[in-house]
Amino acid sequence: MLTFIIRRVLWTLLVMFAITLLVFVIFFKTPGVDPARQIAGRNPSPQVMQEIRHQFGLDRPFPVQYALMMKKIFVTRDLVSYSNQGERVVPEIAAATPATLSLVFGAAVIWVVVAIGMGVAAAVLKGTVLDPLLMIVALIGISIPVFWLGEVVNLITQSRYHDTFLFSWIPPLGYTPFSQNPLLWFQGLVMPWITLSVLYIGFYARVLRASLLEIQNEDYIRTARAKGLSERRVLLRHTLRNSMITFVSLFGLDFGVLVGGGALLTEIVFGIHGVGFLTYQSLTNLDLPVIMATVIYGAFFIVLANALVDIAYARLDPRVRLA
Amino acid sequence: MAAVLEEAGAAADHGQVVAGRNPWALAARQLWRNRIAMASLALFLLIVAVSFAAPLYASHVAHVDPFANNLNGTTIVNGKRVPLMQVGGGTLHLGETPIGPTWDVRNYFLGADSQGRDVAARVLYGGRSSLEIGIGSAAICCVIATVVALIAGFFGGVVDALLSRLMDVIWAFPVYLLAISISTELLTASNGLRIGPLNIVATSLWLPTLIIAFIYVPYVYRPVRGHVLTVARKEFAEAAIAQGASNLRLMFSDILPNVVSVVIVLLPLMIATTILTESALSFLSIGVQPPNASWGTIINDGQGLLYTRPWVAIAPGIMIVLTVLAMNVLGDGVRDALDPRAKLRVEG
Repeated sequence: MLTFIIRRVLWTLLVMFAITLLVFVIFFKTPGVDPARQIAGRNPSPQVMQEIRHQFGLDRPFPVQYALMMKKIFVTRDLVSYSNQGERVVPEIAAATPATLSLVFGAAVIWVVVAIGMGVAAAVLKGTVLDPLLMIVALIGISIPVFWLGEVVNLITQSRYHDTFLFSWIPPLGYTPFSQNPLLWFQGLVMPWITLSVLYIGFYARVLRASLLEIQNEDYIRTARAKGLSERRVLLRHTLRNSMITFVSLFGLDFGVLVGGGALLTEIVFGIHGVGFLTYQSLTNLDLPVIMATVIYGAFFIVLANALVDIAYARLDPRVRLA
Repeated sequence: MAAVLEEAGAAADHGQVVAGRNPWALAARQLWRNRIAMASLALFLLIVAVSFAAPLYASHVAHVDPFANNLNGTTIVNGKRVPLMQVGGGTLHLGETPIGPTWDVRNYFLGADSQGRDVAARVLYGGRSSLEIGIGSAAICCVIATVVALIAGFFGGVVDALLSRLMDVIWAFPVYLLAISISTELLTASNGLRIGPLNIVATSLWLPTLIIAFIYVPYVYRPVRGHVLTVARKEFAEAAIAQGASNLRLMFSDILPNVVSVVIVLLPLMIATTILTESALSFLSIGVQPPNASWGTIINDGQGLLYTRPWVAIAPGIMIVLTVLAMNVLGDGVRDALDPRAKLRVEG
């Protein structure tokens, strides 16, 4: 187990290094693009351009440029945004994190509960008309672009049916921190949670159903039935429990991706000022330093989440350690 | 094998003719019998046909130019000529609001957008871009991934290790963040991509196509490489080596036909994924660039009109859902037909 963890950690570090290198190459070495101009934002003065060239070491060799950039992001954390009057980028990302975490946590709770319900129901009802029906609903969930769903939800809850008793309790778009007003925090996040979870409900319900049906044919399930266990107990303690191994590892990956910036479409549509929203704002302002930093931090978070999932998986399933 | 021979022998004994069917014909027949999958394919082809007929619709039915501002234009509602931009037409009765859906295919069927352009015609044109990018990038992605997987799986050793690690790094990189990084750099640099003699302008549809194709390569590479590894060790591959077949011949005429089914299973699911990705990037305004339109950019345009003229944003979304759903259902059907035990996963 220890060698597995060490190997996995080393690989994680290597991937992180490769990602920073890849981001650096994309932003600084794209053919035909002047990085100083990109960093400076719109309409820079010659003095600003000169300062950027010096600050980022653009007149020096490639490894120096890379080292300077990494120093700015991780060590001194004084990367500044030129489009935004010298706002420091790294503290800005830290300040945006709670909103993203609130959004993703709530959505995760909904999608896990509903997906398990749908997946189990479909597997148990296999052979009836409800199984294909549930799976079609799941497939539709997978096929809806999340940003469009968010707009439709907004249209219904903020405009068309806002004045009815159904949605009159929903506050205007935006995010209220939990510490400020827990009730408003909750009310404002209900619709974003549901919107974000739809795709994952569809996806996880399908995966869970397939895995449940596959496990039902395993020998140990037959043994459990032969022992005289009730159907309910076989399902909950034997079938579902083993399906959970895949479920949990997928969950870890998707959760990581969402916290790392994957929720940006939902954040934009609902005006939640999280990490993804920050990325989007910097996209519209062409604020390269912010995009670079959010991308690197997001990717790091995801790679870290992957490593944790792998280690947890290896702990659950000894076969993985030897692979 | 013996059982099959025995069966064939028994059939021959009874004087029956055993029809020789290749696996492709069997799979095609099974797919043909899958009515839901066929209906999805028909729906998809219908959407493709309608979208590619966009110029015909714009010039012969609606008589509009969906790419030019038309703020002073007029149209006909109930036989009366009315301006496209209506004063005080919104919920607040302030300012100008474009006309809503007339539900008349000849006159601004879905209304106009904030520039007075025909939404219905734009949705059709947008569909053309979305489908071109979606199908094109899925195809390019599958071709690149298959070739790389063939090389990695066939040569093995250091080549395989290097290519697979490279793919692992791209795979570890979250799809949207990678796409955003590359797109901002290429699209905002105002002159697009320049590598040697190759020069793609930022407004070209090729740019989003190539970006999306690139980011999904590892998702196709992984299952295909696994398959190449097993096929390359089969007896027929050894036989071909013994006959002195060249590496190229081995890769492309012995191994490739045996792994191509994996790629075919993945293709519809990839198209579904790439169309969704394109719409998301275009919605973020880092996909298709003006003057071109795609379903994603139209939804983006419709954001400002969401509460007054919701159809601008709703219509392209419905098209995306239908197209992606059709591809997902077809993908399930193709998988059942070709490889009932395949467990493939493509992240959306």
